[in-house]
Amino acid sequence: MTKTVTANGFALDTSGQRVVVDPICRIEGHLRIEVNVDEDNVIRNAVSTGNMWRGLEVILEGRDPRDAWAFVERICGVCTGVHALASVRSVEDALGIQIPTNANHIRNLMMLNQYVHDHLVHFYHLHALDWVDVVSALSANPRQTSALAQSISNWPKSSPGYFRDVQNKLKRFVESGQLGPFANAYWGSPAYKLPPEANLMAVTHYLEALDFQKEICKVHTIFGGRNPHPNWLVGGMPCSINVNDTGAVGAVNMAWLNLVSDIIDRSIEFIDQVYIPDLKAIASFYKEWGYGGGLSGKNVLSYGEFPMAANDWSNDNLMMPSGAILDGNLSQIYEVDTRDPDQVQEFVAHSWYSYDDESRGLHPWDGVTDPNFKLGPNAKGTKTNIEALDEDAKYSWLKAPRWKGNAMEVGPLARYIIGYAMGRDDIKGPTDDLLGALGLPVSALFSTLGRTAARGLEASWAAHKQREVFDAMMANIKAGDTATANMDLWEPASWSAQAKGVGMAEAPRGALGHWIKIKDTKIENYQAIVPSTWNASPRDPAGNIGAYEAALLGTPMADPTQPLEILRTIHSFDPCLACASHVISPDGQELAVVKVR
Amino acid sequence: MAHRETFYEVMRQHGITRRSFLKFCSLTAAGLGMGPEFAMKIAHALETKPRTPVIWLHGLECTCCTESFIRSGHPLASDVILSMISLDYDDTLMAAAGHQAEELLEQTIEKYDGNYILAVEGNPPLNEDGMYCIQGGQPFVEKLRHMADHCKAIIAWGSCASWGCVQAARPNPTRATPVHKVIRNKPIVKVPGCPPIAEVMTGVITYMIAFDALPELDRQGRPKMFYSQRLHDKCYRRPHFDAGQFVERFDDEGARKGYCLYKVGCKGPTTYNACSTLEWNDGLSWPVKSGHGCLGCAEDDFWDKGSFYSAVTNMKVMGSAEADADKVGKVLAGAAAIGVAAHAAASVVSHMSDKSRKEVRHD
Repeated sequence: MTKTVTANGFALDTSGQRVVVDPICRIEGHLRIEVNVDEDNVIRNAVSTGNMWRGLEVILEGRDPRDAWAFVERICGVCTGVHALASVRSVEDALGIQIPTNANHIRNLMMLNQYVHDHLVHFYHLHALDWVDVVSALSANPRQTSALAQSISNWPKSSPGYFRDVQNKLKRFVESGQLGPFANAYWGSPAYKLPPEANLMAVTHYLEALDFQKEICKVHTIFGGRNPHPNWLVGGMPCSINVNDTGAVGAVNMAWLNLVSDIIDRSIEFIDQVYIPDLKAIASFYKEWGYGGGLSGKNVLSYGEFPMAANDWSNDNLMMPSGAILDGNLSQIYEVDTRDPDQVQEFVAHSWYSYDDESRGLHPWDGVTDPNFKLGPNAKGTKTNIEALDEDAKYSWLKAPRWKGNAMEVGPLARYIIGYAMGRDDIKGPTDDLLGALGLPVSALFSTLGRTAARGLEASWAAHKQREVFDAMMANIKAGDTATANMDLWEPASWSAQAKGVGMAEAPRGALGHWIKIKDTKIENYQAIVPSTWNASPRDPAGNIGAYEAALLGTPMADPTQPLEILRTIHSFDPCLACASHVISPDGQELAVVKVR
Repeated sequence: MAHRETFYEVMRQHGITRRSFLKFCSLTAAGLGMGPEFAMKIAHALETKPRTPVIWLHGLECTCCTESFIRSGHPLASDVILSMISLDYDDTLMAAAGHQAEELLEQTIEKYDGNYILAVEGNPPLNEDGMYCIQGGQPFVEKLRHMADHCKAIIAWGSCASWGCVQAARPNPTRATPVHKVIRNKPIVKVPGCPPIAEVMTGVITYMIAFDALPELDRQGRPKMFYSQRLHDKCYRRPHFDAGQFVERFDDEGARKGYCLYKVGCKGPTTYNACSTLEWNDGLSWPVKSGHGCLGCAEDDFWDKGSFYSAVTNMKVMGSAEADADKVGKVLAGAAAIGVAAHAAASVVSHMSDKSRKEVRHD
């Protein structure tokens, strides 16, 4: 049977031509997308496959819980630090450790800073080339480019001469014949809609953003010692504060605090004067491209993030709210309880793992991961040379996480839909302003462009929130509190024999949870369910499709041999596959061995 | 083949004057720890060579190496990518995808057989016929072997490619394997670290292009220019170690004064890297300077050497190979001068040969 309707209400038709895109580039990690297109080249079936698996959790078994953050931080170097933060929170939750106010502020600052950095790099370096034609920029008039840039922003680097220099640089690069990362792409495709001047402006900012991003992350360098992969600490943060005492130069002192403040100002300036105006300008040329909504208009999930007061996870205390929306009913926000065994569960019926009963899901505290790599009967090719997958069988290294049995979308758009539905002013206001400026209804949010726009709005939101958090931290220091770590329960001898905890976070890409069980001071079980596992999820036993798969349906392709439209929608989620596919339990150790050549 | 532009031509076209170009060469020479006479050699090389193609592959990894690379302050990553090398394949940054991306690999082999640099981030898993890392429907290890067969030399970025890193920590369920255990017929430059320092990455690749040669390597395959000294040897907190002034627990009085982190687990005494000299993110800070001990992330097997918060006990510097943290602390607090002398002597010994250095590491 080639035509079906999924349990979550999406019509699938597998009768048309199969198109395989592997690798999907400009993402973190390894992802494969297969689609079927009909005679009009409209996508009627979509298959999302996680192509990698590293098995970090089994590696954690038996180790010191205080070390876990360093291991899991290496789940991802793009959204660096987010797993470390979820990890220290899970251990603190298990052991009942309260962190000091300054540690909470510093963690908030580092996570907000990660949002700003991650979203900016995503927009320009991982996503922009889906909308911006680099070759078209060569034919732009620099004077008109300057006029365009100055009409939308006060950003000072906008003279005709500046754009002419960049254009000349670009021309020489293209004329050299060595096109590097721009080779063999889709330039000139009718799917590109920007005039040459807008293309030149965007390419110029691609280069500026590449140079500027290294400045943003210096907030991590000060508090965590480096970026990527700054250092964290169970109980607080490892960086002591000393602003007015002997040896202050050996700690976080006034000079460093001033640098943090300066970086915050410069981040706000760049986001608001470059990123947001570019986003609006580019979006205005693609308003009719309303595809890619998928699950966003139905089911979205957020765990909430940025507690203003330390150790308080109630929604009133969170700068970014938690909640779940089902069936597109924005008038009802469900509470999310990550400890409830019936809420968050993972299924493996279509994943390369085995359960005793694959019709059921498992809560992460009871998670099992037993690898089982096999292709379905209708797959094409061989085990080590896959031509096409069989999505009716197992087809991904990702499990299928579900909330109360529902496939959910997570990430900036999910957070903005929930914040909007709750009527949070700092979320609803800018969203309405952007929609108004573009002349679009609220329903336009539920799309690929909506996802991309929400990420931009959130980058600006996070840049400004850094200022609020920094000021709150300075006020706290001024009041005499310089503590950054609570070491009362540092020694394992002070821990109970058995404990379990959960560490929640909202990473740039969405809802992130780490579940830990501690026994006799060592890790007994460790499970993480990460944003891209939600979004890139394969099907579940009930037949619900995940967010990537749903979002691709109904999209017309200008030319099926050029996967530009697929890239647009998949990139709008900012995939992170090293994050998504690393889960394993102690059962997963008996594996076949091949010879090294 | 069309005329390929030299690095110098590209710089000139970008509006760089000859004077600035020569200044760049001097800074590069200095940055690599070489004398002014090398500046002209670099200049000559860059004036006459086309941009070297680089194929950058990703296996099992977390992309922290790429992220670190684009943090480089001198040279900027944008200058490296647009002016110094020709980054002909890098799935994290390239515009193309799917078969359009994979075609570029074959095009590079056709045009530059034996003349491109293969940069590898991450490593291949060998269990399950290599299918724990699938690219284009096939095991990553096959792609790695194919591209290695035709390359000139390999750069193993980071601790994954160099040693195995986190996915190879016990019990290494996917049998993640470092590059040198899979590719045996090509020169390999290991640039370990999780991730490596940005300027170490750009420094190594700039050296290879400017000199058209591999950097001098130690016995473990690491460039001596960046990996020949222990962090501890150049740590700015070293005087506190020598004086017996230690952080006893995080955020105590000692921590607020910037005392030595040895007793809370710093692996600086056994880690060979450039963090304490080059530092991170434009030389702003490094882990120790921000209050956390070194994890030892540039060292082989650093995940399996005990807790990150246990003091190093295999350091033959106190006159006792098995001295624990408290003993070390007492010894030093009581006899700082002796500690300095013993430590200095041990440092000299450890530098006499790679062999003795290895013994220090693995005791």
